[in-house]
Amino acid sequence: MRKLHHFHGGVHPPSNKAQSTRTAIAHAPLPSRLAVPLHQHAGEAAKPIVQAGDRVLKGQLIGMPDGFVSSAVHAPTSGTISAIDMQLIAHPSGLPNLCATLIPDGREEWIARRSVDYREHSSAELQHLLRMAGVVGLGGAGFPSDIKLRIGKQKITTLILNGAECEPYISCDDMLMRERAVEIVQGAEILRYMLDADEVLIGVEDNKPEAIAALQQAITAGGSALQQNKRHEVVTIPTIYPGGGAKQLIRVITGLEVPSGKLPTDVGVQCFNVATAYTVYRALAHGEPLLSRVITITGNVRNAQNYEALIGTPITELAALAGTLPDTSGYIMGGPMMGFPLPALDVPMVKATNCIIAASEKLFPPPPLPMPCIRCTRCVDVCPADLQPQDLYWFAQSREFGRAQKFSLFDCIECGACSYVCPSHIPLVQYYRFAKSEIRAREHDKQLADQARVRHEFHEQRIEREKREKAEKLAAREKAAQTAKLAGTQSLTPQQQAAQTELEAGRAHIIELAKSEVEHVKE
Amino acid sequence: MLSALLVMAAIATVLGAVLGFAAIKFHSEGNPLAEKIDAVLPQTQCGQCSYPGCKPYAAAIAAGEADINRCPPGGEEGIQKLADLLGVEFKPFGSDTAAPKPKSVALIDESTCIGCTLCIQACPVDAIVGAAKQMHTVIAAECTGCELCVAPCPVDCISMPVIGEKIGNWKWKYPLHAFAVAETAEATR
Repeated sequence: MRKLHHFHGGVHPPSNKAQSTRTAIAHAPLPSRLAVPLHQHAGEAAKPIVQAGDRVLKGQLIGMPDGFVSSAVHAPTSGTISAIDMQLIAHPSGLPNLCATLIPDGREEWIARRSVDYREHSSAELQHLLRMAGVVGLGGAGFPSDIKLRIGKQKITTLILNGAECEPYISCDDMLMRERAVEIVQGAEILRYMLDADEVLIGVEDNKPEAIAALQQAITAGGSALQQNKRHEVVTIPTIYPGGGAKQLIRVITGLEVPSGKLPTDVGVQCFNVATAYTVYRALAHGEPLLSRVITITGNVRNAQNYEALIGTPITELAALAGTLPDTSGYIMGGPMMGFPLPALDVPMVKATNCIIAASEKLFPPPPLPMPCIRCTRCVDVCPADLQPQDLYWFAQSREFGRAQKFSLFDCIECGACSYVCPSHIPLVQYYRFAKSEIRAREHDKQLADQARVRHEFHEQRIEREKREKAEKLAAREKAAQTAKLAGTQSLTPQQQAAQTELEAGRAHIIELAKSEVEHVKE
Repeated sequence: MLSALLVMAAIATVLGAVLGFAAIKFHSEGNPLAEKIDAVLPQTQCGQCSYPGCKPYAAAIAAGEADINRCPPGGEEGIQKLADLLGVEFKPFGSDTAAPKPKSVALIDESTCIGCTLCIQACPVDAIVGAAKQMHTVIAAECTGCELCVAPCPVDCISMPVIGEKIGNWKWKYPLHAFAVAETAEATR
């Protein structure tokens, strides 16, 4: 038995997962319309490469990755692109973003799929394939997986698969592990091969015994390929929120602490979600880009269940499948701790959408009005990042961003444990999010200002140089005229010489005038 | 007596040499205070402060010739930053300076542009490309929104649309909520 470690703090909210794990993953029927956002991942948006009116096949590339941190976007089914325009998406801002609208033709005609034996390719080649298959982290952040596999000289000893799924209500990873453990383990082996890691540890919370058993069976069945010398192991970890945070999971399984401002790779560990491993396997072994994912529909519904749904499916159609109850007051995307209320119902699900919770007054009664902070430090006791939430709150609400940064605001993972225990019901995470985005905006402005300063200085130098060059040219011409005149005057009569001098004086006057004109224009 | 004088003279010579050396070694080009002020200014280069750019304004503040409340693009926050840097009181915008505006970026109506190059000459950060009798366009990413190109345009084809809120620059808002105590106090009143 592996010795486990602890991270600081944590809370035990009611898990509410049982509702949605009673039935197997169902395939959501083909929706009437799909809206596929071109920016579903961290980094730069994909560039659309199809036009309205184009017929596309299932799996056809419709958005080309654009920039270093970017990922591809594909048509989730065959049909016709009806528009590429700005539409509301699932984002806390409620602002629209570029989406490709696809009307399915119901034929599900695939592009040519090519399966790849990963052992015949280098890590760099596989990274490119994953980028073009649109594989991003499915745990919630949507970070392009190829970037996480692009490690420099660091030696990765341990690959951790994150199957903790600590947030209440969500059960999509649990169901995926129960039903598709073999593919997950094979995906893990591909990731291990790409990172050249020594071992694969799959961390699963102890409230998912079926998933743990399924994974163990898959590893045993995988036989020699998985057990040769590289160890695959399922690690059962205690159920505590947020045990599924990457840094927290690494701490519990390996005892290593990822330092502030550093990445897990700096301590020789890399972490992927189990659903991401599954997608990696499908992308390479079956040549299927990321077109669908498992999503939990739960909360105030008749049949809470997990569905495998196409990216771009409108949330309304998914909610209708589970049977929303009449007193539903809104929808939350993600879990109750870290999720956000959806701005509208007809927004599409994206690669990072793991859960939709129908909310009602009964399930989520409105929080009581906040009271002033009494400095009880209960938030300090539960903070999994070892921060001082009450101080960060103080700095954020008084807009002292510099001091908030000194108190490691950016180590906050916005898990909401502090808000959960706050006896004054202060929306602490909202304050941290506000402070973080203000600091990011200021840093961005500063960068733009520095860029403008450099360009302005160059501009001034250029103007100066042009002026100098013009003056030099003028002086050279005058000098040449002078020498020519000297050579010419010796053979002239006195009358001719006098006429010449007069002419010269006039010319000099004109040049003077022209010069002052040039100065005038420059000013 | 003599030895004492010699010792004092020797010490004076050595110290003098050290100071002289330090003066050369640690000599700083330009005005370090002006540079610090320049680092705080938004670098719009718009000239709304009545100086021909951010650097001259910074030099004028450093020399004590200009007030800290003459930079509209910096906003009140910019004034606060300058006040903190210089250890002086915050001073609100005067009536002679323009009011701060939301950030905008120049946009050339390319069908109207006659290719006169006047805006190219006016741009302080070389953010407009084009040539004589050829269409011009603004490199939006480099434009500081200074509006200096608007006035010289003979056909008025440059507008300054506000950048506005997009997903890319969206920020979480300051949490707005009443405090329970404030509420009850309100009720009792």
